[in-house]
Amino acid sequence: MTRSLPLVGFLLLVALFGFGIWWNSRHDPREVPSPLIGKAAPAFVLPHLEDAGQTLSKTSMLGKPYLVNVFASWCIACGDEHPVLMAYAHKLGVPLIGYDYKDEPADAKAWLAQHGNPYDLVIADREGRTAIDFGVYGAPESFLIDAKGVIRYKHIGPFTPDVIERELRPLIARLKQEAP
Amino acid sequence: MTPELGQFALILAMLLALAQGVLPLVGAWRGNRALMATARPAAAGQAVFVAIAFGLLVWAFLRFDFSVQYVADNSNLALPWYYRIAAVWGAHEGSMLLWVLILNVWTVALAGFSRRLPEEFLARVLGVLGIVAVGFLAFIVFTSNPFARLLPMPPDGGDLNPVLQDPGMTFHPPVLYMGYVGFSVAFAFSIAALLGGALEQGWVRWARPWTNAAWAFLTCGIVAGSWWAYAELGWGGWWFWDPVENASFMPWLVGVALIHAQAVTEKRGSLRAWTILLSIFAFSLSLLGTFLVRSGVLTSVHAFASDPRRGLYILAFLAIVIGGSLLLYALRAPKVAGGKAFGLLSRETVILIANLMFTVAAAMVLLGTLFPLIGDALHLGKISVGPPYFGFLFPLLMLPVVLLLPFGPFLRWGKSEPAPLKSVLLRVVIAAVACAIVAAFFVAGQARAIAGVAAAVWCAVGTLLYVYKRWREMPRGRRYPAEMAGMLLAHFGVGVFLVGVLLSESLSVTRDVRMAPGDTQPVGAYTFRFDGVHATRGPNWHAEQGTVTVLRDGRQLGVMHPQKRTYPRGQVQTESAIDPGVTRDLYVALGEPMDPNNLEGAWALRLYAKPFVRWIWAGGLFMMLGGFVAGADKRFRAKRAAVAAAAVEPALPAAEPRA
Repeated sequence: MTRSLPLVGFLLLVALFGFGIWWNSRHDPREVPSPLIGKAAPAFVLPHLEDAGQTLSKTSMLGKPYLVNVFASWCIACGDEHPVLMAYAHKLGVPLIGYDYKDEPADAKAWLAQHGNPYDLVIADREGRTAIDFGVYGAPESFLIDAKGVIRYKHIGPFTPDVIERELRPLIARLKQEAP
Repeated sequence: MTPELGQFALILAMLLALAQGVLPLVGAWRGNRALMATARPAAAGQAVFVAIAFGLLVWAFLRFDFSVQYVADNSNLALPWYYRIAAVWGAHEGSMLLWVLILNVWTVALAGFSRRLPEEFLARVLGVLGIVAVGFLAFIVFTSNPFARLLPMPPDGGDLNPVLQDPGMTFHPPVLYMGYVGFSVAFAFSIAALLGGALEQGWVRWARPWTNAAWAFLTCGIVAGSWWAYAELGWGGWWFWDPVENASFMPWLVGVALIHAQAVTEKRGSLRAWTILLSIFAFSLSLLGTFLVRSGVLTSVHAFASDPRRGLYILAFLAIVIGGSLLLYALRAPKVAGGKAFGLLSRETVILIANLMFTVAAAMVLLGTLFPLIGDALHLGKISVGPPYFGFLFPLLMLPVVLLLPFGPFLRWGKSEPAPLKSVLLRVVIAAVACAIVAAFFVAGQARAIAGVAAAVWCAVGTLLYVYKRWREMPRGRRYPAEMAGMLLAHFGVGVFLVGVLLSESLSVTRDVRMAPGDTQPVGAYTFRFDGVHATRGPNWHAEQGTVTVLRDGRQLGVMHPQKRTYPRGQVQTESAIDPGVTRDLYVALGEPMDPNNLEGAWALRLYAKPFVRWIWAGGLFMMLGGFVAGADKRFRAKRAAVAAAAVEPALPAAEPRA
């Protein structure tokens, strides 16, 4: 009997791994629930893309909800997401802040000029330092921040019309009710 | 055309592996010598075709054949030729091919060096290796073809992950794989022994040099990986308990246990079933490591492929190979505890305790690595146990091993007298306490540093005492047979390693500072002066390079150049500057400029002084050397007649304790 114990233990492991493969095929393994959801967004001060002399900070955005969309000109998936943002940006009802991540400003400007600019304002994080505070995995990635500066929602990967309709817009509607 | 030839070679290799995996086993079973004799030529043929496939992939990289998807993904026109060769194992498909190539290297070496083994036994060993090769070749051919075409051919390729563009990285994976895959030999020996039943008793002796060599390669690979993480990642750390590091560490731990268990089984005939089980475990953990990294079951910085189809394939393969061998073990393992009896105070006892500790440690690491998965399965949410779990439990489990280490060689097989051990105990205690007291004055009462000195002296002095005893008692030429010298080197390495770990962990000084050109910053006894940043470039990157001058007591010690490299695709890679030393490393990593528009201005810098950090890898290298030296003992290459005699009577005369 004791000779079979290793086999039994191994079969349990196989069951666990089989479960892991099944689980990962149904869930996006990158979909780690952000520990920042429900917490105050990290303080940030970042220059505008168009005019590096001006900055946007967390404090200046307090009082109204807004959506931060992390993108970069080098990011292929951002190109997929772009038409969706172009279509929905004005229907969201909250300001859409573009967050240019680890990018050359000139490249980003050219990219926006070529594909169109859905953003109300674009800030640049050239070295990706503030992005670390936000726990950014990569581009594209989006954060919905409420009027009190609390991160309420995070989406990793490109927005699709479906995700916007199903997840984002109901939440924005709720936030607007909360805000006075 | 050449990529198609490569694919063709892989298919031929797979068919030959199939022949190697089936015919000799059938031959050994039916007693058919003609079938048994197919093992060698099939193995050689397979190796030739795998080598051709591998060579063609290298060739495709060297001549920028971007019509091959894998080449286009992992190299570009600016990549220097040496990194284009390293790029062959820079991603999933190629590293699987490297795995198989190395399996073939081991198989051919085994076929070449084991002409003295009984025909039937060798047929079984090569057959088992053939089955393993079939599994991997089929995996490559059906799910991970490195020769898949990309049409139309792009004008330029992507890039090799910049993290891998480092000299250390060019040889870390092959060496690590030599270790991983090398355990397949011990595994094949065990399975052959199980298949052959009671007839084969001498197999442990034949397996020992192979196990030692594989373990030494694995040690070297882990040391190289740890060194690379330290030099390249810019965090100044050398071990992160990352799932992939753990995947290489588990077979290493079981390998330590296996090496010692094999010694017991060979010399005394006891622990036979345990040795077989450990051989299966060591190789299973190597396979598991491959599975964990390749299948995407666990996410990690190292993981580069996550494709559920591949995961499912590897899982099925694991279930067949490991499940099959454990089933065989359950059915055929020696039921009666054989070998010579041993008393409570004997070398067998301490080896058994150490074995238990190493096995439990490997299980502990496995549990910690799989914890996120278990968390998912039990709906506990996303959890992972990090360094606190490993950092607490691992030293706890290794403490008894370190405490027993000096006594192992002094103990006799079977039964020992307590008297000589008492004098050893007295001496190592005096040495450890004395050195700890002296050290206490130098390290400002840092408890871990003092413990480090004491533990290291404990191991090193214990080992040296035995060296002295042999020197005094044995005639010249018989003092240190290779097997024993290897053991002593490895045990001494444990002491060196302990100095490195405990002193560097407790005494390191880290400064995260903002420095403008001309600023100075004291770090421990040293002063770092920042002399600004200027732009520089390499073959396929451009970089900001800092200049940092290190001073001590006003004297200039050296100038260091940390870099922040940007590769064509925009990936940024930190290149730390390290000023090496026997007693300390000085380490500078360049952070971010304070003002992105003024690169000549102030920068964030990370400065470290790391005492004795180099001893960590030096200790590892001692252990590696020990493995190789012990494996090279002439005794393992004894003539066939001697082997046959030993097969009947596995134990040596017990009068003289040997490693």
